[in-house]
Amino acid sequence: MTRVLRDIRNNLLEFVRTFGAFQLFFLRLLRHSPAILSTRFGLVIKQVYNTGAQSLVIIMVCGLFVGAVLALQAYSNMAIFNAEDWTGVAAHLALVKELGPVMTAILFAARAGTALTSEIGLMKATDQLSAMEMMAVNPVRRELVPRFLGGVIAMPFLAAIFSATGMFGAHIVGVELFQVDVGSFWQQIQLIGESADVNEGIIKSVVFGFAASVIAVWEGYNAMPTAEGVGRATTRTVVITAISILVFDFMITAALI
Amino acid sequence: MLSYAATDGPDWNTLGDYSENLIEIHDLKYSRGHRAIFDGLNLTIKRGEITALMGPSGTGKTTLLRLITRQLIPEQGAIFVDGIDISTLNQTELYQLRQRFGMLFQNGALLTDLSVFENVAFPLREHTKLSNRLIRHIVLTKLHAVGLRGAADMMPAQLSGGMARRVALARAMVMDPEILIYDEPFVGLDPISLGVIVRLVRRLNDALGITSIVVSHDVEEIATVADCSFLLSDGKVAASGSPDELRTANSELVRQFMHGMADGPVAFHYQAPGYEEQLLGRDIE
Repeated sequence: MTRVLRDIRNNLLEFVRTFGAFQLFFLRLLRHSPAILSTRFGLVIKQVYNTGAQSLVIIMVCGLFVGAVLALQAYSNMAIFNAEDWTGVAAHLALVKELGPVMTAILFAARAGTALTSEIGLMKATDQLSAMEMMAVNPVRRELVPRFLGGVIAMPFLAAIFSATGMFGAHIVGVELFQVDVGSFWQQIQLIGESADVNEGIIKSVVFGFAASVIAVWEGYNAMPTAEGVGRATTRTVVITAISILVFDFMITAALI
Repeated sequence: MLSYAATDGPDWNTLGDYSENLIEIHDLKYSRGHRAIFDGLNLTIKRGEITALMGPSGTGKTTLLRLITRQLIPEQGAIFVDGIDISTLNQTELYQLRQRFGMLFQNGALLTDLSVFENVAFPLREHTKLSNRLIRHIVLTKLHAVGLRGAADMMPAQLSGGMARRVALARAMVMDPEILIYDEPFVGLDPISLGVIVRLVRRLNDALGITSIVVSHDVEEIATVADCSFLLSDGKVAASGSPDELRTANSELVRQFMHGMADGPVAFHYQAPGYEEQLLGRDIE
């Protein structure tokens, strides 16, 4: 029994220690961010391309189908009440407030987060980070901060693109397939939708951008410098990001209601 | 003169002559987990010489390099580089000091997302405001010195092991360092690349008047380049002197190491329960 208690205590201590180190790491990234943004913006742009532009295909394809499914569901259920015109607004609200930011963040973790983690982990395993240290170049500043900022900048744009392609998918299903009147499909969105809905989506995608990027960079930087270690860190990036995104989503939604 | 490790502590009153000694290590202690890697290590590296650090695998040669460059922090003892106690430096000062070092990593450690040219140019772009034309000039000169000017546009993944190490050497010397550190520069090279690297180590040291530290267990190669060798064992300096002096030493350990004998003070068998006992399964009963 005492062993069980001791294990629990040790695990708890370990968790608190890791969480503390994680927060310090996050602050370290933030501290270097202004300098990198003002003096080495080229490095950040390269990472926006690597994490953002390279994720566009998966984001757009998924967005299209998520929007289409939303319209299918909305139409078939609204039709019971003869409220087919509301198909558009249902898809719009679901996409902009919830699915856009959340799905984008999870897809981002799977596509770009894993790439960031394995890239940094491999740089560590092949002594590239040590080599930078030896060349008197701070690897956190030179390699980690631009990757972190790249993710932070890319995420809101990706979420917006996800929602936009999602609405396009909803339009195809609602208007082209089920013949909902195109005017009322979009008119309802203007009548019911508020700018607060869009703001909620933007707030979420910004927070998720910070969370997903810092987790990916942290996991890579702290990966065991072996093939197995980097593999495990990559898996952890996806799992931890997915969980934290959903927890943050709940907290933000609760705070904004 | 061949000298064996002093067993008594450091003599703090007679800290060496820094005009001659570039690096001094006093009573260094460092352990990993419960295993002591260094336990009271004393060592001096002279300016302008090629110093070899040798020892059986696992004696902490690479760890010592990381301690000298403060990538690791010792538990006890002091390391002086050019008279400066490196434990007192803040990060800016440490980075200033590191700019006087060049280090060749075992696997080259080239930045895989940059071309050969950009790898060599990397320290210049990070630390200087030189014009692109001048950077190009310097980089091509250094690449020419290692014979790889023609590979400037290749990516690190396209290079062979020997070429990667030569590029890394060009990068290590691009800032004209005072101290060049080589971590196992001879491992895994074909005889031709090996000869090239050995000659480069010697030529760089003499032509540029730098101080070189070479970690290796390649006794033959070290004998041709080193001015002074330290043989590390059990966390201390087991013996030091010129390669010839070490070769003729009559210490058991030095003889075993220099002549590559399988068994001796460094046991062939890693610690294990009795062979017979284990085969008969008595150790698990």
